[in-house]
Amino acid sequence: MSKALALTGNGACAFAMRQINPDVVAAYPITPQTTIVEEFSSYVADGLVDTELICVESEHSAMSSCIGASAAGVRVMTATSSQGLALMWEMLYIASGLRLPIVMHNVNRTLSAPINIHCDHSDSMGARDSGWIQIYSENAQEAYDNTIQAVRIAEDPKVRLPVMVLLDGFVISHAIDRVEVIDDEVVKSFIGDFKPIYPLLDWENPVTVGSFDGLYGYFFETKRMQAEVMERAKMVIKKVGNDYGKVSGRSYGFFEAYRLDDAEVGIIVLGSTAGTAKVVVDNLRDKGIPVGLLKLRVFRPFPLVEIVEALNHLKALAVLDRADSIGSFGGPLFTEIRSSLYDLSMRPLVVNYIYGLGGRDIDELQIMKVFSDLQDIQETGQAKKAINYLGVRE
Amino acid sequence: MKWDIRKIKEWKFYEHPQGITIPEAGNAHYYPTGSWRSQRPEINWDKCTHCLFCFIYCPDSSIIVKGEKVVGIDLAHCKGCGVCAEECPKQAIEMLKERV
Repeated sequence: MSKALALTGNGACAFAMRQINPDVVAAYPITPQTTIVEEFSSYVADGLVDTELICVESEHSAMSSCIGASAAGVRVMTATSSQGLALMWEMLYIASGLRLPIVMHNVNRTLSAPINIHCDHSDSMGARDSGWIQIYSENAQEAYDNTIQAVRIAEDPKVRLPVMVLLDGFVISHAIDRVEVIDDEVVKSFIGDFKPIYPLLDWENPVTVGSFDGLYGYFFETKRMQAEVMERAKMVIKKVGNDYGKVSGRSYGFFEAYRLDDAEVGIIVLGSTAGTAKVVVDNLRDKGIPVGLLKLRVFRPFPLVEIVEALNHLKALAVLDRADSIGSFGGPLFTEIRSSLYDLSMRPLVVNYIYGLGGRDIDELQIMKVFSDLQDIQETGQAKKAINYLGVRE
Repeated sequence: MKWDIRKIKEWKFYEHPQGITIPEAGNAHYYPTGSWRSQRPEINWDKCTHCLFCFIYCPDSSIIVKGEKVVGIDLAHCKGCGVCAEECPKQAIEMLKERV
């Protein structure tokens, strides 16, 4: 049934793309995403997929081509990183506003200046309000699994939204990992055939896509509907995560609660850092210290109810943000997590640690430090400092 | 659901076709845009040869043609762009200022 391969994170994404066999891929190379499309283009050259690969002149054109192809009525994928995602900006909102089920890998890399090609989440966090579903991966296995699920989620008739699959630049994208892949035929039947809705190329039923709202004033209604559909997507993401478990043996929810049920203090984190954090949680548990971890997988739609339920019993919670929201109070994950707990009468004290910007390494010692701070907070009942920078020279 | 643009302002957010697509051709007819006009085309019938250049060039399909003859201008949709006057090989169309 399934077999294990040694693949980089990007290799795993390209492998999944080959199995998905999208009709159109339009992409532009950018570190650290480049090898996804590079490997995929060799599948195209070898005739292993039927994909029309469009080598465009920029990410602006990449996303524009994807939008055109998706509106025309076919299955579309692309991949980018950092500055490339930034250059796609205006088109991100068009893809979601037009409800086009495009699936895109964003290999997380920070944004200049200074120029830096390494991982943090500031690129995708900036796109959190663009109406795209965002699914984060801990390792190459999850990047592979999330890619296949993303197609089903995006194309579900109840959803029809673009999906961004996130993986950490270099940490996941370029490191070789053990990846269990499922058979081509299983992937094919899992995702099913692409069913276009209002395709531009249906001559019998002509449609207008992307019309001007100014005359009739339905812009607000469009955004309200996107919010509604995002909410509806939760049910679909959950179901697809369960169904994927049936074909792969690995089922997925909105997040992974790791030794969290009986924990007194915990941390919440996105992406590859969860792997490091699990080691620390295990070490502290061995010493009898009740700590836990929540690894958030689905950031958009934000699984509010489930998160509150998973965290409400904690005494103290640290939110680890691999992105700053400069001029705000703390990183984007922190403000949302702390706000989501506000309605509880008894809620954990929540503090923020901004870490790993521009690929600054995060190690076990730093996470140990976070847990020891949390124990202080638990004992004293107060947090001395809400916003902390972890691993910066100060 | 059939798209009827005349009722769009009454639609709830969940009643619009998915992705704000307009799944019906030709409904611009129901939306009069003539009020945008600052100048109006006037045809000099003595000069007009009914070559239909104006009909071909008009971006708003506002040249009314019957039996292969130009018979008038649809002023409910003509935005007064002046393309017809510019393209007319016989200078048979003059743009006149609309009075406020």
